[in-house]
Formats: sequence, C-alpha cells, structure tokens
Amino acid sequence: MSRLLPLLVFLALCALLGFGIRWNMHHEPSEVPSPLIDKPAPEFTLPFLYDPAKTLARADLLGKPYLLNVFGSWCATCQEEHPILTAQIKPLGIVLVGLDWKDAPEDARRWLARFGNPYDSVITDESGRAGIDFGVYMAPESFLVDARGVIRYKRIGMFTPETIENELKPKLAELAKAAP
Amino acid sequence: MKRLALVLLLACAGAHAIDPLQFKDRTEEQRFQKLTRELRCLVCQNQNLADSEADLAKDLRRQVYTMMQSGKSDEEIKQFLVSRYNDFVLYDPPLKPGTWLLWFAPGVLVAVGAGVLVNIVRRRSRQIPAGAETEEDW
Repeated sequence: MSRLLPLLVFLALCALLGFGIRWNMHHEPSEVPSPLIDKPAPEFTLPFLYDPAKTLARADLLGKPYLLNVFGSWCATCQEEHPILTAQIKPLGIVLVGLDWKDAPEDARRWLARFGNPYDSVITDESGRAGIDFGVYMAPESFLVDARGVIRYKRIGMFTPETIENELKPKLAELAKAAP
Repeated sequence: MKRLALVLLLACAGAHAIDPLQFKDRTEEQRFQKLTRELRCLVCQNQNLADSEADLAKDLRRQVYTMMQSGKSDEEIKQFLVSRYNDFVLYDPPLKPGTWLLWFAPGVLVAVGAGVLVNIVRRRSRQIPAGAETEEDW
C-alpha cells in the first residue's frame, strides 16, 4: 500500500491538472461573473439617443422583460454582433434597449444609420457612469431584466448563435413561464 | 543637485497613470494611490487601477476620487466596486468560505509535507543504529 501511495498522489495531481485544462477550455478567463445576477437592476435615468431632451428611467421599463444591450460606435465587436442582434435576437420578441456606452451621441446615430437600428429604444451614457452601476467593463455586454426589474442573466461579449440557443433562449423561456 | 532631484521626481510621476485630479494635500494623494493600487483594472486584468491606461480604468479612478471627495471610507469605496464588479476587483481576495481553500491550502500542504518529512526521518533514524556509518550516498 505504501508503495502505491506515490502513484496515487501522482494520479491525483494528473486529475487536478486535467480538471484545470478542461475548466479553462470551457471558461473564458476574462469573463468576470456579475454579482448583480438575480438582484434588482440599478437605478438609471438616461437621455434618449434620438430625443436627448427626454429620458428613460429604470421604472419606465418595469412590467415587461427587456434585454439591455451595451454597445458603442467605437466597439468593433458590437459591429460584429449587430447582424446577430438584428436577425436572431430581435425576432425572439424581447424588448431591446440599446445603451450607447461612452460614446458621442452623433457617432452612435451615424453608426445606427449605417448598420440599421434593431433597438426599441436607445439611451446614451456618454460619461460611462451608469455603466459603472451595471458593472459594465467591456462592450458588448447584455443584461436580461425581468418584468419586476431584476437582472436575470448577463452576457459578457457578443451573442453567438450558440449562446443564444444555450443561454438566452432558456432564460427567455423561464421568464415566459413565470409571467401569467 | 536640485536639477537631478527634479528629474527623479518627474520620472517617478511618470510611473503612475496621470489624470488631472486635484488633491488637497499629499496624504490624500497617497491614500488615492494606495487605494487604486489595491484595485484591479477589469479591462487589462493583470494591471491595477493606478497603472492602467484603459479608458474604463480612468473612469473608475475618477469614481474613486469623487467618492473620496464626498467623504467615503476606503472600505465603502471597495464595497461600492465589489457590489458591481465582483471580488475580482480586489487584488487581495477577501477571506470568506469560498476562498478558504485559496488562503489555507498552502499552509495545510506545508504542514502535511512537514509531517511526512518528520515521519520519514524518524523511521530512518530508528532503522540505522546510532553512530553507524552508512554506505549509501544519501
């Protein structure tokens, strides 16, 4: 038995390393899980991109689930995500709110004019202060907020057909089941 | 000599990312530098907030500065960021049940190793009669 012990320790080490490799294959190390999941979305009151005199607040969006998509005209991945948002997420019927993050509004308007506007409403956070409250640290990021204003899911980085199928759709189904 | 001191001073200043932030005294500035060194930049994750040139790091430094100006304690500022960005923003992971393994595993491993070593040495010393020379190299 005591002769087998070093071998067992070695095998245990191998198992640990194997687990580490597997873990890293399935987890993006740059993705920091948000502490805001299942917590009420932070308060915000932000001007509309197309009508800056008017504002949209957290309370205005209660009653219906929505997907808050953080984007910016400066963000290359957002441009990559844009057709997916238009062709694959918009048809799911979820209210799409665009949060133009740390961006000049005129640049965002030009960007949306060029690529098309998939959003039901677009609000602007030029200073990035509301982004801090949401714990945004890159773009694109998306928050699924339920009818009671609770964040149910966060996607860091762009949506892909796989993440829509495996993450977003199940979450939307959950919300649909919860609502009468 | 004075000129050299000035050059050195400027060189040191260059080591930090520079924002146009006004501090009322040296203590406040040191507090700001210490605090931002303890916070992680989420964009370039192996850099702290004090050194990072990322745009978000600038925003977060400004946020830390604004909160300091409004009289918030270091702990309150850290809590503010942790509640939005996760414990990951802290360079030192906090001690809590989820991080016990991280904090205590090295100590436990050292203790286990020391135990094994002591055990082996004791057994050997029992096998070899006191004073006898051994032929083995080790």
